[in-house]
Amino acid sequence: MLCWKVKIMNLNFNSPLFEVIRDEKKCVKCKLCVDQCSNKVHLYDEKKDIFKVDDMKCVNCHRCAVLCPTKALVIKKYSLEYRENAMWTDSAIKEIYKQSQTGGVLLSSMGNPNPFPVYWDKMLLNASQVTNPSIDPLREPMETKVMIGRKPEKLEFDSKGKLTTKMPPQVELSVPVMFAAMSYGAISKNAHEALARAADDLGICYNTGEGGLNKDFYKYGKSTVVQVASGRFGVHKEYLNAGVAIEIKIGQGAKPGIGGHLPGRKVGEDVSYTRMIPVGSDAISPAPHHDIYSIEDLRQLIFSLKEVTRYEKPIFVKIAAVHNAAAIASGTVRAGADAIVVDGFRGGTGAAPTRVRDNVGIPIELALASIDQRLREEGIRNQVSLLVSGSVRNSADIVKAIALGADAVCIGAAALIALGCHMCRACVSGKCNWGIATQDPELVKRLDPEVMHKRLVNLVSAWNYEIQELLGGMGINAVDSLRGNRLMLRGIGLNEKELEILGIKYAGE
Amino acid sequence: MLKEGEIRIPSGCAISGIIDKKGKRFSGEEIIKSIALMHERSNGLGGGFAAYGIYPQYKELYAFHIFYDNLSVKSQVEDFLAKHFEIESAGSIPTKSVPNIKDQPLIWRYFVSPKIYMSKEEVIDEDEFTSRCVIRINKEDKGAYVLSSGKNMGAFKGVGYPEDIGEFFMLDGYEAYMWTAHGRFPTNTPGWWGGAHPFTMLNWSVVHNGEISSYDANRRFVEMFGYKCTLQTDTEVITYLFDLLVRKHKMPMEKALKAVAAPFWDDIERESKEVQNELKSIRTVYASALINGPFSIVLGFAKGMIALNDRIKLRSLVAAEKGDRTYIASEESAIKIICENPDKIWSPKGGEAVIALLEGENNEPKF
Ligand code: SF4
Ligand code: SF4
Repeated sequence: MLCWKVKIMNLNFNSPLFEVIRDEKKCVKCKLCVDQCSNKVHLYDEKKDIFKVDDMKCVNCHRCAVLCPTKALVIKKYSLEYRENAMWTDSAIKEIYKQSQTGGVLLSSMGNPNPFPVYWDKMLLNASQVTNPSIDPLREPMETKVMIGRKPEKLEFDSKGKLTTKMPPQVELSVPVMFAAMSYGAISKNAHEALARAADDLGICYNTGEGGLNKDFYKYGKSTVVQVASGRFGVHKEYLNAGVAIEIKIGQGAKPGIGGHLPGRKVGEDVSYTRMIPVGSDAISPAPHHDIYSIEDLRQLIFSLKEVTRYEKPIFVKIAAVHNAAAIASGTVRAGADAIVVDGFRGGTGAAPTRVRDNVGIPIELALASIDQRLREEGIRNQVSLLVSGSVRNSADIVKAIALGADAVCIGAAALIALGCHMCRACVSGKCNWGIATQDPELVKRLDPEVMHKRLVNLVSAWNYEIQELLGGMGINAVDSLRGNRLMLRGIGLNEKELEILGIKYAGE
Repeated sequence: MLKEGEIRIPSGCAISGIIDKKGKRFSGEEIIKSIALMHERSNGLGGGFAAYGIYPQYKELYAFHIFYDNLSVKSQVEDFLAKHFEIESAGSIPTKSVPNIKDQPLIWRYFVSPKIYMSKEEVIDEDEFTSRCVIRINKEDKGAYVLSSGKNMGAFKGVGYPEDIGEFFMLDGYEAYMWTAHGRFPTNTPGWWGGAHPFTMLNWSVVHNGEISSYDANRRFVEMFGYKCTLQTDTEVITYLFDLLVRKHKMPMEKALKAVAAPFWDDIERESKEVQNELKSIRTVYASALINGPFSIVLGFAKGMIALNDRIKLRSLVAAEKGDRTYIASEESAIKIICENPDKIWSPKGGEAVIALLEGENNEPKF
């Protein structure tokens, strides 16, 4: 391999991204900021009794500003601007500086932040009037329970009218929401605990991600989906049987086509034990599963997992939303998957190559619409569950996703934000000041699972109530009647082709 | 203005139904009287009837009632019929001129038996063959519309108040063991005769009051199984749902009712383990068959009729019994005008079906 990387020491063209501003009049010199910033931005000079800041290191995570007792700190966008240029934007220039400095691949965290269309915001919902009354969720039952798993094409009854079909296993969700796969390693143990406990309280599921399952969390099994990814970290028989379902991760929206990389510095004692890898070693999941080179191979893996769990647990297959997602989804259903999880191009990540994250994949809304339609044309939509993830921000997004054809959604970033994530997108550094994307015990401690799981419970309960209200407004009292009910949607600011793919009419039509 | 099928037209309505469970036949006079009482619930833009037991002399044959806009489409459809069916008898349906009924199409009736050997596909039964032909005519032959296609039954409908439509078709001259009727209050209508109700398919007929909010979820579900919802009406999709569940999937009728008007999850939890398992399975597999939003329907089929309300009873529906007869109507008064002292009169609970079958019949999955 060609490699002309050279070390360049004392020449850095980059300027800070953010500027830390301290209001001296408000500052009481408590030095909390110095303690709190894991990036060592704030320094206190004892002798001179003054604060110094290193703007260069600030990632704008708001930790210091939020915790400052007198609100003396403000973080602003650094005001040094390049000469205006629509082509050579700040980030285009800065990235070249960075790469010419280091010779490395650019890495980013969280989902694609670029201004691509957000189709959720280009769809509007319906409400009933006159010919059809709306329903008040405070007075009438309003059902949001969904069943995730394979459904037979039809039920059979004997001559006495007794059901003879044996139902395949289903995962019952009280709300059409799950917490998306986030591995122990990428996020902290405390973050995992908060997700697990919240899922348990809510009657939904969280997903272990690809890093195995910590022994302490086996007790949340009935609210757990365990993941099997290409690295097979922490995968053993007990693990596979620990949850209510198994998810095979084929692709991830943030990085379709490539594997994962957990840097060795995040692999401490406990992560090492859980993942079954040596302390300090990089955990690299290869791009493809080394036993899956074709659809038949996927079928084999699905069925070996079913064997090992005695056909008692549904097998989910997670794929990234790419151009031919509809065909892949259809093949995946035929390969025996009981549910498909489709992750859109805005889906989050602990770390992904920037170019991949920002340029590969398609919006989840379009992928969802075309997958649902394709599976219907093939007459098999009814036999599987379809879940989507990657940029679901609120209850309205969920309602729109279900109306387009999803059974439920998975939320990752939204759940982390409830835990305190401030979207600084510096997860890759492992120094998350909010105790989420870090393994540093001092930082992890900052996230108290006892308090934080309640925030998640609150968030999902609030959304559930909003979903009920929106359903009632549409004159619907069970979420089943919303699924694929595209007449409830109208497009705004969309062209003919987009409307065609989404399968919806334009507002006013 | 777009024709029904090109646009979805919400409507309010009146419905009514009578069955003699001993199979004794009676004229259409009573049902006309009943539906006429609810005049205010329709607006003269659609009315119709379904009658069962009216063609005993041809009871082995499929009776097609067809509207034609012109003679050329008539000969086109007749060519198609001749190719796919033995036509035992054909003729126009007698009507009488009524001042309020205008712009009627050509209205024809055929008694036919299918030439099932014409089917290119592997074994399909007569019903399936016939229903495919009907769907094909309604979809392809512009200006023709098959309004009913069952055996020993027929639909009579058009643009106008139902009582005028009844007079127009001279229904007092027909004798049936079961009648259903519909008066329509569409919010707008291009005045197309095919758009009036009941909607029928083979022996099924549906009259319905309400506007279902699950329409598109139900439509996209049945279309997965080869149906094509050309009219975009609730009655059409409801008919197909029953056809799918009962005729194609062979579900016992009472189980099919648990799919379309599914009990609430909370209520299911209170049942015995076995019942729970069954109801859960039905809700899980047929989640998209749940009909949501306000509706009251009367579903007619050869063996009898079933009246059903949505789960939280957002539409009125009253039932009564007297002797061998069961009555259903949107309003109590529409029953009382033809049956002054019923033995029993009640307002069925949401989601609880009133099942009135011919005696000696059970609800096996034969419709
Ligand atoms: S990195 Fe966070 S804690 Fe540190 S200075 Fe910036 S905003 Fe404050
Ligand atoms: S998880 Fe932590 S590091 Fe990552 S974006 Fe959120 S606050 Fe920043």
